[in-house]
Amino acid sequence: MNLLSLTAVELGKKIKAHEVTVEEATRAALDAIRAKEKDINSFVTVDEESAMIRAKEVQKMIDDGTLTGPLAGVPVAIKDNMCTKGMLTTCSSKILYNFIPTYTAEAVINLEKAGAVILGKTNMDEFAMGSTTETSAYGETKNPWNTAHVPGGSSGGSCAAVAAEECYYALGSDTGGSIRQPSSFCGVTGIKPTYGTVSRYGLIAYGSSLDQIGPIAKDVTDCATILETITSYDKKDSTSVKREETDFTSALVDDVKGMKIGIPRDYLGEGLDPEVKEAILAAAKTLEEKGAIVEEFDLSLVEYAIPAYYVIAAAEASSNLARFDGVKYGYRTKEYEGLHNMYKKSRSEGFGPEVKRRIMLGSFVLSSGYYDAYYLKALRTKALIKQAFDKAFAKYDVILGPAAPTTAPKLGESLSDPLKMYLGDVYTVSVNLAGLPGISVPCGVDSKGLPIGLQLIGDCFKEKNIIRAAYSFEQTRTYQHSPAAEA
Amino acid sequence: MSKEYETVIGLEVHVELATKTKIFCACSTAFGSAPNTHTCPVCTGMPGSLPVLNKKVVEYAMAVGLATNCQINQYSKFDRKNYFYPDNPQNYQISQLYLPICHDGGVEIETESGGKKTIGIHEIHMEEDAGKLVHDDWEGVSLVDYNRSGVPLIEIVSEPDMRSAEEVIAYLEKLRMTIQYLGASDCKMQEGSMRADVNLSVREKGAKEFGTRTEMKNIGSFKAIAHAIEAETARQIDLIESGEKVVQETRRWNDDQGYSYAMRSKEDAQDYRYFPEPDLVPIVVSDEWLQQIRDNQPELHDEKLARYIAEFGLPEYDAQILTSEKKLADLFEATSAICNKPKKVSNWLMGETMRLLKDREMDAEDLRFSPEHLAKIIELTEAGTINNSVAKEVFEKVFDEDIDPECYVEEHGLKSDNDEDALRATIEQIVKDNPQSVEDYHNGKEKAIGFLVGQTMKATKGKANPGIVNKILKELL
Amino acid sequence: MANVISDETMEYVGILAKLELSDAEKEAAKKDMESMLDYIDKLNKLDTSNVEPMSHVFPVQNVFREDVVENGDGGEDTLANAPERRDRAFVVPKTVE
Repeated sequence: MNLLSLTAVELGKKIKAHEVTVEEATRAALDAIRAKEKDINSFVTVDEESAMIRAKEVQKMIDDGTLTGPLAGVPVAIKDNMCTKGMLTTCSSKILYNFIPTYTAEAVINLEKAGAVILGKTNMDEFAMGSTTETSAYGETKNPWNTAHVPGGSSGGSCAAVAAEECYYALGSDTGGSIRQPSSFCGVTGIKPTYGTVSRYGLIAYGSSLDQIGPIAKDVTDCATILETITSYDKKDSTSVKREETDFTSALVDDVKGMKIGIPRDYLGEGLDPEVKEAILAAAKTLEEKGAIVEEFDLSLVEYAIPAYYVIAAAEASSNLARFDGVKYGYRTKEYEGLHNMYKKSRSEGFGPEVKRRIMLGSFVLSSGYYDAYYLKALRTKALIKQAFDKAFAKYDVILGPAAPTTAPKLGESLSDPLKMYLGDVYTVSVNLAGLPGISVPCGVDSKGLPIGLQLIGDCFKEKNIIRAAYSFEQTRTYQHSPAAEA
Repeated sequence: MSKEYETVIGLEVHVELATKTKIFCACSTAFGSAPNTHTCPVCTGMPGSLPVLNKKVVEYAMAVGLATNCQINQYSKFDRKNYFYPDNPQNYQISQLYLPICHDGGVEIETESGGKKTIGIHEIHMEEDAGKLVHDDWEGVSLVDYNRSGVPLIEIVSEPDMRSAEEVIAYLEKLRMTIQYLGASDCKMQEGSMRADVNLSVREKGAKEFGTRTEMKNIGSFKAIAHAIEAETARQIDLIESGEKVVQETRRWNDDQGYSYAMRSKEDAQDYRYFPEPDLVPIVVSDEWLQQIRDNQPELHDEKLARYIAEFGLPEYDAQILTSEKKLADLFEATSAICNKPKKVSNWLMGETMRLLKDREMDAEDLRFSPEHLAKIIELTEAGTINNSVAKEVFEKVFDEDIDPECYVEEHGLKSDNDEDALRATIEQIVKDNPQSVEDYHNGKEKAIGFLVGQTMKATKGKANPGIVNKILKELL
Repeated sequence: MANVISDETMEYVGILAKLELSDAEKEAAKKDMESMLDYIDKLNKLDTSNVEPMSHVFPVQNVFREDVVENGDGGEDTLANAPERRDRAFVVPKTVE
């Protein structure tokens, strides 16, 4: 039996039933990583030794009845922007090439409490800035469906690791689509929860008002189970929300009868790849056949989401990334003359081009004389976008559309034209601006054999709606393993 | 000088609040620990750390706002102020720009001419303090300690309403007294828990427009502030007189050398790129909360002054001095409550305490003796157990070391000699040994008795009760 | 309207952001910034005159800590990743002349 082809929940059941030991499951993942990393490069750090020690401990706690949850003993990969005590955390940046946190991100602690075994840290776009995982300082990650293509980003390493079956599930983070878009490109399922659902404590910030951690796995059941586990009200995160009804797995019901689903006409227009469009509309049809009420509508303001998003995210990032200065941790340039030269050289040598580009843009839009015109304008636009969604959700339970306008582009095609790359975020960023939950589920492959993702968006705190719709849709399909997984 | 000039001054006063923990994390604010002891991921800007606001900071800020007649913003927010400096671990300071907690207040000061004047307060906002840098000239490096990083501050921004160093000092004294009364800070300038930035411009007397102002940062004492104001006023007038322009800039005052210099550098753009802090949520002050703060305001200076005069019958001058420092007033009330002799307590505080403070170069804030011990000295004196000169000696010990007066008197055998028979025998001997003084006394020289008392005290090593000595002497003579 | 970013502006933003770009990088960054700003200017088509800027998407408010010390000596953890330290302090190039 190939353990890695199991979902996290399936593996959890087998471990509980003593059909598989935690060590076997961990060993199998580590072996898969060894075999595939040269082709895929999903990981920045793999810690075999501590994973195996941890596996033994977890097995003991399962045997003595301390750990009983569905994820007990299931090995996981963590995106490298979440702090892990004692384990290198780089954000795929040279500036954190040697940073070993002394604390663990709250979401990861929640997984550990549930008996997770951490395999290592996954590759990403540097500081989560990018849509291809090509901006990593530690080499690009390749798409397990076709290694000439990107896995998407910024959680490309996490999505590729799940798709290549180097791990059973992973955590990602989503600031403007960084879970949903690579999930779509890699043919896996990922959820970006409502803002405030998962604690951001220990998540190295990119755009603080937009960042959320979420699950990436093979199916909706896994994602709902993982989300239920990592959701917590955290006193250490002031933006954490005390939520009720976080039993997301209760929404794993194959029933969409009467569910009202809206498809924004604005999502189907110019720029959308015809093959993607076809797959999305076919998925909508499937849901309609299962009893959902599906109709097209005008969401409006879609074209304003990207400019507003880039202003807000870049502004916040320019401030969030100021702390990387060669004083307290991370990279410090070897030679310098005085303080300011040390700052400038450390940062210029430590950050890659995309990060520098966004820091420059963010510093500019906040600078004297431009704040109102750019930053406040973007915040006003955000308010209007939120209103547009509020209006839509007064009518619909779920909004349906693509996760990305195309399937995964080839390696090396995107970075030369940043603006074009940014336009690929058109269907995802508004969800972050409005703080909404969104899920990407596989809904087909294009003629090149690359996966297509269906995005379902819910009203805030209504994850259960999108989980139910995604689960119902998923029941009409079988999970397709990537070529790298089958290799 | 042909023209007459007027100095226009506004102050930004930073006050460290007396909370137990920092503004955004549960680290201690205690002084005097080894570098970086009181630090955690939050106050050292570790990646992924997040701030959580200390409620007490908001309450102190509101209390100061109410005491300085400010409006309270019932919807308030934090903003980030972005600038790079190693004492600022995130390279941004969490502060308030757009919606500060208090605004539009003012305090009344007495001017040199004895009149009253209101100094407007533009706003009071909350923010975090920076760490400390220690410079090593030999190695050409600075050492960074984040123990103070994240200690809560309020910044009180005045209107440009002051016209002289005296007004500035009076305003600062008023703020210090008010904040000390609230218990919101100890306001010690020499320890940095109260610091002032001085914004100063000059203009021709009668001119309507303000001149170009400069800002002098972090001046450490009242004396230095007065000195800096004088020097900066002269500098600006010189510039104007010689046809040059005052440049709007930040200057650092060097008090040892008595001049200020511009802090401008190519690398300081002074463009702080403020934007709303996304990691903190708004503060909404309900009417109930505000009322609660109002109800909990302690008795402030002016009320206390009036009460001391009315309730304890103290002369206004005494009441003024006792209430000028919160610490003195607290000692006065606590001691009076124990011994029920407010006049005596007042005398000890106005007299010996003030003398010793001056002698030891201390502030009233530094007083460490307990009211119980002062009360005990008063009781011992009243009961005649010790005489006045012994009492002064014992008080000095109490002042310095807060010893227990009763034990001290016992251990050092300082009790007054109240045994009349023994004393009578001693005095009889002294009268016998000093016939000249006895004769002088009988010849009407009242002073002669003083000499005999002195001799008696000498013989009894100061322990004799002077009242009894006088009585016996008069009998014998 | 096409945005034109001057060399001085790039220099100024570099000072704010503490980034020093090579001449080639600077040229590229200038072009990127210009085209991004042109794109962002699209927002000007939107009438937002009666809209309040929205920084927080949910009305969460009054999240406080009580004033209780919970952290002990954090010195070693704080300094664990220091590029340069002396005893219990971080070392930086001298900050004053």
